[in-house]
Amino acid sequence: MVQQEHIIEVKDLVKKFGSFTANDRLSFHVEKGEIFGFLGANGAGKTTAMRILCGLSYPSSGEIMVAGHDVYREREKIKKKIGYMSQKFSLYEDLTVSENIRLYAGIYGLRKKQIATREEQLLERLGMLQIRDRFISEIPLGWKQKLAFSVAIFHQPAIVFLDEPTGGVDPITRRQFWEMIHDATEEGITVFVTTHYMDEAEYCDRVSIMVEGRIEALDTPAALKQQFESENMNEVFLKLARK
Amino acid sequence: MSLIIDHIDKSFGALKALDQIDFEVRDGELFGLIGPDGAGKSTLFRIMASLLIPEAGRCTMHGYDVVKDYREVRKIIGYMPGRFSLYMDLTVEENLAFYARVFGTTVTENYDLIRDVYEQIAPFKKRLAGKLSGGMKQKLALSCALIHRPQILLLDEPTTGVDAVSRREFWEMLKGIQKQGICTVVSTPYMDEAEMCDRVAMIQKGKLLDISDPSRPAPEEAPLLYSLKSNKGVYAYLDQIRNMEACKHAWLFGDQLHVTLRTEEGAVEMRALIESWGDPSITWKAIRPSIEDRFMGLMEHGSESQLTNGEQI
Amino acid sequence: MSRFFGFVKKEFQHIFRDVRTLVILFVLPVVMIVLFGFVVTTEIRDVEVGILDRSMDEASIRATQKIFSSGYFIPAGYLQHEEEIGEFFRSGTAKVVVVFEEDFEKQMQRENRAAIKLIADASDANSAQLSLTYLQGVLMSYFQSVNQDMQLPWSVHVESRMFYNEELKGVYMFVPGLMAMILMLISAMMTSVTITREKELGTMELLLASPLKPREIILGKVTPYVVLSLVNALTIVLLGYLVFDVPVVGSIWLLMLECLLFITLALSLGVLISTNAKTQQVAMFMSMLGLMLPTILLSGFIFPIDNMPKVLQWISAIMPPRWFIVIVKNIMLKGAGFAFIWKETLILLGMTFLLIMASVKRFKIRLN
Repeated sequence: MVQQEHIIEVKDLVKKFGSFTANDRLSFHVEKGEIFGFLGANGAGKTTAMRILCGLSYPSSGEIMVAGHDVYREREKIKKKIGYMSQKFSLYEDLTVSENIRLYAGIYGLRKKQIATREEQLLERLGMLQIRDRFISEIPLGWKQKLAFSVAIFHQPAIVFLDEPTGGVDPITRRQFWEMIHDATEEGITVFVTTHYMDEAEYCDRVSIMVEGRIEALDTPAALKQQFESENMNEVFLKLARK
Repeated sequence: MSLIIDHIDKSFGALKALDQIDFEVRDGELFGLIGPDGAGKSTLFRIMASLLIPEAGRCTMHGYDVVKDYREVRKIIGYMPGRFSLYMDLTVEENLAFYARVFGTTVTENYDLIRDVYEQIAPFKKRLAGKLSGGMKQKLALSCALIHRPQILLLDEPTTGVDAVSRREFWEMLKGIQKQGICTVVSTPYMDEAEMCDRVAMIQKGKLLDISDPSRPAPEEAPLLYSLKSNKGVYAYLDQIRNMEACKHAWLFGDQLHVTLRTEEGAVEMRALIESWGDPSITWKAIRPSIEDRFMGLMEHGSESQLTNGEQI
Repeated sequence: MSRFFGFVKKEFQHIFRDVRTLVILFVLPVVMIVLFGFVVTTEIRDVEVGILDRSMDEASIRATQKIFSSGYFIPAGYLQHEEEIGEFFRSGTAKVVVVFEEDFEKQMQRENRAAIKLIADASDANSAQLSLTYLQGVLMSYFQSVNQDMQLPWSVHVESRMFYNEELKGVYMFVPGLMAMILMLISAMMTSVTITREKELGTMELLLASPLKPREIILGKVTPYVVLSLVNALTIVLLGYLVFDVPVVGSIWLLMLECLLFITLALSLGVLISTNAKTQQVAMFMSMLGLMLPTILLSGFIFPIDNMPKVLQWISAIMPPRWFIVIVKNIMLKGAGFAFIWKETLILLGMTFLLIMASVKRFKIRLN
């Protein structure tokens, strides 16, 4: 990367729920075009932080810029520039493949002509042309996840947030999914991803590991493994979270 | 044999959920079922737990038929369904006491069996189950499934959605339970966990792909699998490797690339390709396939192969 | 037995820890009673009353004066013939017409009885009923005061007749009707929801895979609701009595026994619904549409059965609340003993038996 640009800039992010501190002075940045892995045990505060970055909830304090916009004052602008996909919710099961694509494209204000051509390209690329009129409920999970990801980046957002995108899918589809993520970064999209599969942490450019509301480690996978004298990211994670 | 699954079929409408599933589990074995969501794992568990009736084939638990002798079966099994079957509005100890009573026993009677598991959550025994973290819920659910000292323990995806730390602890507990002589069947979508089992059945789309022992390599396997690693990252090399004549398939594997060759001779072509890159940090070596490698290999032979090849990314 | 009590205890814990359940169980019945009572007992004021006085003697004139000095009624004029009543009602000139028969005073003195006819426009049934009650009260107190002066044992016979809705059944029955409705709501809806909740959460899967027998599961789930429903039945009777003076003329024990029967019936309906519903939402919906609406509309609670088209009358015959309302009304208002309600009781018993059989048969020992 020649010019490193921070697409997400977080400084002293604090989020409190009553007396409970879910995020304790988080400070980090995400560079444009990188795959940023956001790891942590259940309840470490990942989801809370991610919701704030997506403009879904306000932080208690801290300075946070996402895609050049302030999360306090410019949430609507942020929402236009990001894509979101999670394992739990992404597509409407009772709409067809094509209807889902058009729905999301419409939400992000794409023009009709634009939608038509891009939909064609997308279905072609995914090999889903023959099943465009099938209901989402009828297609296999692996296909759903791939489609959901494609829909999340259909409006060419600056950043896409992926919340455990590969839960429960078979090992081959999981890898194909990650290859799609790599392709997306080549188009200049920044990827912010959480996962419970530690081997997937290795696919990230940089990884942060949260423990009890704080970021305990943040670096490239290689550097983390060296720092914690571990063979793989799983060991790094265990060493950190078990402390 | 603790458990015999004898050519079981089960369909839901047009969907064939289980297709001639056939295997046996030995006494005291820790037996794994791996496969992605929708492979049919939960259906198989429900048949073993006497909750579903197979269309064809037989399933016996300690000699009791799950259809005819379901009453007996229900006495000797401990079952933990896919979703943690806890009452979220009851406290930790209330949940445990309730399940103990349902099985006509008390918490104290079998406390020695659950001690290792329960002591980890005992400090929170007054807390409502709904307020526990995923890892703690899972430990409580396991305690509840064990409280009546079952002979066969059936755990359907106990580690799904649980973080890596809790998962590791959970498997350590399963090893401990195994020492008590309880036969355990456990399913998981995480391939790395399968390595902890004595034997593993791989299931894909209702079909049994293979049963293997993670600690032993399959005898017929020639050294066709290579692992490739580079400080620069291996993703950049993926396309070139795949375009090789000798490459059967290649996939990312953590920070490595796992390449399966068509023939042993293919290694020559690969060496030439790798040397042409002039990357001094590249290391590559033949490796023994892990469960995940085997699963992926079998998947590509199986019905999924047409599908995956069709899906050009 | 310990297994059973463990189950019941757990069920009570669910109930007492869920605010929504508690509200439905304990607040809703009270609110409903008070609301209904309030709607029914609105104060009346300035009701237009027409007078048809066929005797025009001292007693009838004084009675007329008493009526208009009570503060509730205002004069709408004198009528000459009974035929004019309809015209008065239609034009809205009067809501009630008081008719004094001929020789009112003479009859009062000689035969110890006097005849007054009260005729009300019951197109607005509630206020018509109220006006009549007030009128009767006013007249009674007047005759009593006369009675004291004259020291004569005599009685006044007030004959009232309702136009358009001769019996005004719906209004009289709000307590028995509410009782049917609330017991139905709590017993059937709450049990169907609580059972489907276990299905939805996945805990039912574990209960089924345990040595528990289906009847143990069902009994364990419904027992708390039997107890709570009975408490509710008592609350309703008590509230009706204390706040709205609805009497319990007959035996309270018989009443509670009949309530128990109805509760059992409703519970088995709830179990039956739960065997057909996969989610709490569906169970709630089925209970609402399938039970609440018929209870309100077809049981005679609000709309008199006699006024229904024949087809609906037949349908109402298979609605358990219809029979229960008759039973409660008979015991509470008329003081009838078992001899007068055995037929209805038998019908409910039969229905209960059928429902229990059906729900036990449909309750599966497996998942499908």
